Amino acid sequence: MAATSAAGVGGSLASQASPYDPAPPPRRKGNPRKKAVPYALSATGVIWLLLFFVLPSFFMLAVSLSTGTLGTLQFAWKWSNYSTMLTTYDTQYIRSIIYALIVTIITLTVAYPVAYWISFYGGKRKNVYLLLLLLPFFVSFVLRTVQFQFIFSDNGPVLGTLKRLHLLGSSAHILSTPYAVIAGIAYNFLPFTALPLYVALERIEPRLLEAGRDLYANRWSTFWRVVWPLSIPGVFAAFLLTFVPAVGDYVNATILGGPHTTMIGQIIQSQFLTLFQYPQGAALSFILMAVLLIGATLYSRALGTDAVMDAAGR
Amino acid sequence: MTATALTQVEAPETLAPPRRGRGRRWTSYVLPLFTWVVIVGLSVPVFVMILFSFNNPSGRQNIKWEGFTIDNYTQILNQTSIIDSIKLSLEVAVFAMIIATALGALLGLALGRYRFRGSGGVNYLVFLAIASPEIVLGTSLLTLFANQFTFIKLGIPSIVIAHVMFCTSFVAVTVRARVQGLNPSMEEAAQDLGANPVVTFVKVTLPLIMPGIIAGALLAFALSIDDFVITYFVSGSTTTFPLLVFGAAKTGITPSFNVIGTFLFMFGALIAVIGSILPSVTARRDARRLAQDRSSAVEFAAAGAGH
Repeated sequence: MAATSAAGVGGSLASQASPYDPAPPPRRKGNPRKKAVPYALSATGVIWLLLFFVLPSFFMLAVSLSTGTLGTLQFAWKWSNYSTMLTTYDTQYIRSIIYALIVTIITLTVAYPVAYWISFYGGKRKNVYLLLLLLPFFVSFVLRTVQFQFIFSDNGPVLGTLKRLHLLGSSAHILSTPYAVIAGIAYNFLPFTALPLYVALERIEPRLLEAGRDLYANRWSTFWRVVWPLSIPGVFAAFLLTFVPAVGDYVNATILGGPHTTMIGQIIQSQFLTLFQYPQGAALSFILMAVLLIGATLYSRALGTDAVMDAAGR
Repeated sequence: MTATALTQVEAPETLAPPRRGRGRRWTSYVLPLFTWVVIVGLSVPVFVMILFSFNNPSGRQNIKWEGFTIDNYTQILNQTSIIDSIKLSLEVAVFAMIIATALGALLGLALGRYRFRGSGGVNYLVFLAIASPEIVLGTSLLTLFANQFTFIKLGIPSIVIAHVMFCTSFVAVTVRARVQGLNPSMEEAAQDLGANPVVTFVKVTLPLIMPGIIAGALLAFALSIDDFVITYFVSGSTTTFPLLVFGAAKTGITPSFNVIGTFLFMFGALIAVIGSILPSVTARRDARRLAQDRSSAVEFAAAGAGH
């Protein structure tokens, strides 16, 4: 979701830890009508999510154990779909994970200092800085990626200039290489790293830093012993929200990549939409979902879902 | 979009610049400089897009600057395939926004206000819907629509259903955050003054969470109009704007795409700017009113109770 919501999540600028604690549930014993209120409120949304998010996942599991193609699917407990896909496309799985890890490291390294500076030294202009940072992501996601195709093109502004200055050989190219794919993903998913980090850092009471200084901690030790530990939930939320969509990326790898940068998202797409091999595609997709959901579940057990949801709500 | 911008009440205090004996050290310039480099670097593709919307290429390839023209803008309505696709995207986004805002606002209200049996599970469901990779959502919906729910046509109906699915979660968390930030004493005051729960909700709670709902609706609109991956899987032969751009990326993006992209960007940016300015303006106005009449909140609640 992440990917496209860049613009959306991006746009929300802001700051503010909720000033009040959540209202204690107004509960009156023995009033069934009152008890039914939250269920009535959440019913439609939950039903929609069950029908079009949970149910399809189970159907996909069923399809992944079937034989045949679209139209002739037959459920058969065919577990070999999984082993075949894992052995056939292990390179693409591993490549996707490596790319996503590199991307996440890059975006964390870039976004942390920026989020840190804006939240602690942004002053009254915090929202302006955040707006400026996120404004580019109001450009349509696919169109944004296409601009990179142009910027990185063999005789485009970057390579063309370097070649004219003879800093690069005339055969040098970036498109179709891992560099282009990783750069594209990192650019497009930066808001998903920056926002959770900003939300977490912004909540840290500035007086804690002053206390640290008053206690003769220098800047580094104030950072490492006060700010960094308090921002850890934000770092993990940022990791989750960047790494997960990056592993499943399809757009960047297709537009900026080449035959040697194929990611698992492209394999899944071709199984479904080109070859109509639904069982194989479903197995690939289910493996991806299982791995990422196990990670997400462990994360939510350890740190709760609030950090991610707060960032997503922005 | 602009979720917290709208919900934000006042900017929390920030650190004063570190005090130093002999002026500021060079290190205190590193972070701001880095931030500005990142900000400028990130906007390069935007400048490229806007610049090349004024390009006048001779062929289909719009990658070399060949002269300035505004024809791309004046002729944009003649680009029927692009106009049709953006119309379709807007239609889908409006439908998805309306449904997702209704479902998500109710869900967010329930999650933010009540702790009920199963609320943990619902929270987790919303979290998973946000954290799942798009490609998995798209493929699982495709298996559903292509095999079981075949009565739902691949096209506008399936696209809207899919968009509502992922937008609802985002609206829900936006509204949830707003509800949790409410001061419960407002509602208590209304109740103490004799308002029944329905009146309290309509006259006090709803206006207070409205910024969250509006922010959620804008977010849903932005997510929907920009979605590629999920739409790609469930669209059948229907072409939304992102799908058309993706298809054209293989043969060459004409300046007309940049024109539409520029319009969309301007529109989004305008809303974001308004969203980030509005809260501080209204907050200042509210603060002034509060200073004039300290009992305004009580009167507000009393007015609600009177009806």
